[in-house]
Amino acid sequence: MTVLALEGYHGGVLQKLRKSRAKIGSIIRLTSKSGEVFEGTLIPRSEYSDPTHIVLKMKNGYNVGISLDRTEKLEVIGEGEKPHFTKPSPPANHAGLSKVAIISTGGTIASRVDYRTGAVQPALTAADLASVVPELSSIAKIDTHILFSEYSENIGPTHWKGMAEEVAKKIANVAEGVVISHGTDTLHYTAAALSFALANIPVPVLLVGAQRSSDRPSSDAASNLTGAVALAARADIATVGVAMHRDLSDHIIVAHQGTRVRKCHTSRRDAFRSINSNPLASYDLKTGEIELSKGVAKRDKSRKLVLESRFDQHACLIKFYPGMNPGMIDSAVSTGARGIVLEGTGLGHVSGHLFDSVKKALKQEVPVFMTSQTIWGRVDMNVYNTGRDLLNLGVTPLEDMIAETAVVKLMWVAAQTKSAGKIRDMMLQPVAGEMTSRTLVEAS
Amino acid sequence: MNPEALDVALTMSMLLHAKPMDEVHVMRKVVIDGSNTTGFQRTAVIALNGSITVEGVEVPIEQVTLEEDSGRKTGDTKTSVIFRIDRLGVPLIEVSTGPVIHDPEQAGKVAFAIGRILRATKEVKRGLGSIRQDLNVSIKNGALIEVKGVQELELVSKAVGYEVQRQLALLEIRDELRQRNVKASDIKEEFVDITDILSDSESKIVQSALNQGGAALALELPSFKGLLKRELIPNVRLGTEMAKRAVFWGRVGGIFHSDELPAYGIDSNHVEEVAKKLGCGDLDGFVIVVDSLENSKDGLRAVVERAREAVERVPEETRAANPDGTTVYLRPRPGAARMYPETDVPPVQIGQDRLERLWENLPRMPEELAKELGTNHSLSPKLATQLVDSDYLLLFEQIVAQAKGVAPSFVATILTESLRSLQREQVPVDNLQEDQLRRAFDLVSKGATAKESVIDVLKWLAFHPDGVAEEAVDMLNLRMLTKLDLENIISKVVESNQTLVQENGSKALGRMMNLVMGEVRGRADPRQVTELLRSRLEQVRT
Repeated sequence: MTVLALEGYHGGVLQKLRKSRAKIGSIIRLTSKSGEVFEGTLIPRSEYSDPTHIVLKMKNGYNVGISLDRTEKLEVIGEGEKPHFTKPSPPANHAGLSKVAIISTGGTIASRVDYRTGAVQPALTAADLASVVPELSSIAKIDTHILFSEYSENIGPTHWKGMAEEVAKKIANVAEGVVISHGTDTLHYTAAALSFALANIPVPVLLVGAQRSSDRPSSDAASNLTGAVALAARADIATVGVAMHRDLSDHIIVAHQGTRVRKCHTSRRDAFRSINSNPLASYDLKTGEIELSKGVAKRDKSRKLVLESRFDQHACLIKFYPGMNPGMIDSAVSTGARGIVLEGTGLGHVSGHLFDSVKKALKQEVPVFMTSQTIWGRVDMNVYNTGRDLLNLGVTPLEDMIAETAVVKLMWVAAQTKSAGKIRDMMLQPVAGEMTSRTLVEAS
Repeated sequence: MNPEALDVALTMSMLLHAKPMDEVHVMRKVVIDGSNTTGFQRTAVIALNGSITVEGVEVPIEQVTLEEDSGRKTGDTKTSVIFRIDRLGVPLIEVSTGPVIHDPEQAGKVAFAIGRILRATKEVKRGLGSIRQDLNVSIKNGALIEVKGVQELELVSKAVGYEVQRQLALLEIRDELRQRNVKASDIKEEFVDITDILSDSESKIVQSALNQGGAALALELPSFKGLLKRELIPNVRLGTEMAKRAVFWGRVGGIFHSDELPAYGIDSNHVEEVAKKLGCGDLDGFVIVVDSLENSKDGLRAVVERAREAVERVPEETRAANPDGTTVYLRPRPGAARMYPETDVPPVQIGQDRLERLWENLPRMPEELAKELGTNHSLSPKLATQLVDSDYLLLFEQIVAQAKGVAPSFVATILTESLRSLQREQVPVDNLQEDQLRRAFDLVSKGATAKESVIDVLKWLAFHPDGVAEEAVDMLNLRMLTKLDLENIISKVVESNQTLVQENGSKALGRMMNLVMGEVRGRADPRQVTELLRSRLEQVRT
């Protein structure tokens, strides 16, 4: 186990600790040159920290760092209690519950903290989960699977493919619903990707994350997971979605449509918002009640899943800003972009000094699409001259599609056809609710 | 970590002769009562092993920590607690003394001494609650009890005294239970449903709980009769202690115990029937909880635990201080297990340069400061010390620099003795804003009001927290009279006392002076009055 190595120590301190046969967890006594005595458990050190301090956890629980320069004597006076973990017993099986598959891809949604060292360890067997979130075993029969363990910023098209295939397997294995735990930063990109990759799904597939890791009492991990599992097990919906907090309170977990959701805050629990749409369903953590929005796709186990999980990474998302170098667009084209999504200003504009580069791209059969950096709303390029000019050049507006969803869709579309014209047509054809022609009033 | 907060904590550590750590590690201390929105309080050891001398006795300072302050509880309902979060995250320095304080008065003195040193940094916020004392009290055979939130220094010795008294009373109860041959295992976690018995009770609490589908549960407490009502400290009985536990763990509104019944709409028939149903003997007591079934069960479980503790020991607790120095159960006492590293804040190396810079700028200690104040502003040693110990040292310096011609000793007296005596008269002097005080002295300096009027002005302002000094002067009719006004008043007084003036000549000055001052006190400088009166009297004679 890594905790037993002298984790994070290097240089002079590492030598000194080795010489004294100290290990992480040993009880150490340091005597300083001025005669002060410090006693405590040796604690691992961050890998980026300097090589001159030793970290001890004192008896009262506080950690302190003591400089090696000041230390006269270092003795190991005892061995601390070895970190141990008693495996929780498997959860009781409640008869008659729906089967829900939980696929883990990383993030800290389900983890436990070693209070001695503060290390966070993933917990994802059914038994672990039941011990961390005991509510789950009374909501559904859980089947867990660790697909991989990645920070969400490292997740990309290859992972999406793997997830889509795993979901297909779980659905074939008659799960009533699938929950995927995922880091939150790129959760909405994955949600869009799976929405496109999994067509005609019979049951809900809900991605879930935590804005605050489970080592914090304010964590939303357990409540989000509970809500996601409950919605996957019981909500009469059949869509790829994202299940997270509706607002700041631990009260309602909502499922957003996978193609219409975006992370809109760095840290709040309600960071995920339905854009240009309303959530599909909500789960009340207190009463267990589920409410559905009107017109959502219903479950139908007779439906046959269609898997199309290829993505071509040669898609590009470029955000316009005043003073932008037109060479950015040229360089996207020259590095092989098969399509470009522009995140324009307002109703869908970019500065006139980019027109030449846009023209060049279109001439080289690289379709250019327009979305808006305002996040909410619909592009309308017929209102101002610049919009009309861009339309005239051949730029394709993407209605009310979110920019992030658009670039994911572009990857998916580009994997299916070689023709620029076909790419353009497919981008305009709604596949998974990513785009609508009617603008609805959003519930606040 | 806020560098200024760290500097203050290090400065404080040096003043307490504690040794700063080489590297400061921030921990998360789990606090789940709601006072921290994150669920933990961030805290770090800044220095260890200091000491101060209080009245010749050396008091070890075990540890100085820098923490973030928590939200302030402003109220609660049955199901929620209300916090103000304007204090949340403000840097807080915690100074822990060694367990060497042996009596309540000494505790008060040590707290006072630490407070003085804290104030010497001039970085401590003024006002109630900015310096709080958490007391750890233990007695022989008792338990370590942490008392939180003692805001006033005067309360330290009182709270310690009450806590000693409470623990002694609990030990007495324990011995009495032992004499009655009760063992902890005799208290069984068996709850009897008495909903049917209480269904016709007139108690509103009972009726409202039952109407909402709740249940009335009862628990037998063998041989507890008479002990539940035993008062430990004023208004806190053993029954109160059980109730607070039930409220904390069971989210219930409270409990009914047999020593206080019949009452609260539960009559003697009810009591008899409950006792019968529980099979209580003559010496047995019982506790009733009426709430939702789940809450009632959790509440009674907490009562069982507290009752078992009553047989065995004084339980370790964290308690909250009331304004009168008595305490109530707040939460169980946490251990080291609730600390884990705060991974969002990298460790901070202190470094020799920083220590040297702080060392060179170390603030003067209260004694030195008082001496210097005395010399610079001609204050008596007593007045200077009072000023150093007050919340107004900084303000004093500002006022003296600004309000020219106002004697520093006068300013110092007002800010210390006068405000204190106003407080004794129940004037809410805590309301006074620094700006109100500054402007009151300004008016004296400008001659707009007499210095004798300052106290009345401040008194008015204390009752009118939004008012300004100018307004007070006008409202109280304390504006200085012009020379012309004064001359007119003097003429009138002299005229209406013709005989006195004629008979006594210049010797009438003293008595005339009294008469005039009676009319113009607070609105005229007595020296000016003397001068004008003297020349008027001269005129009359010639």
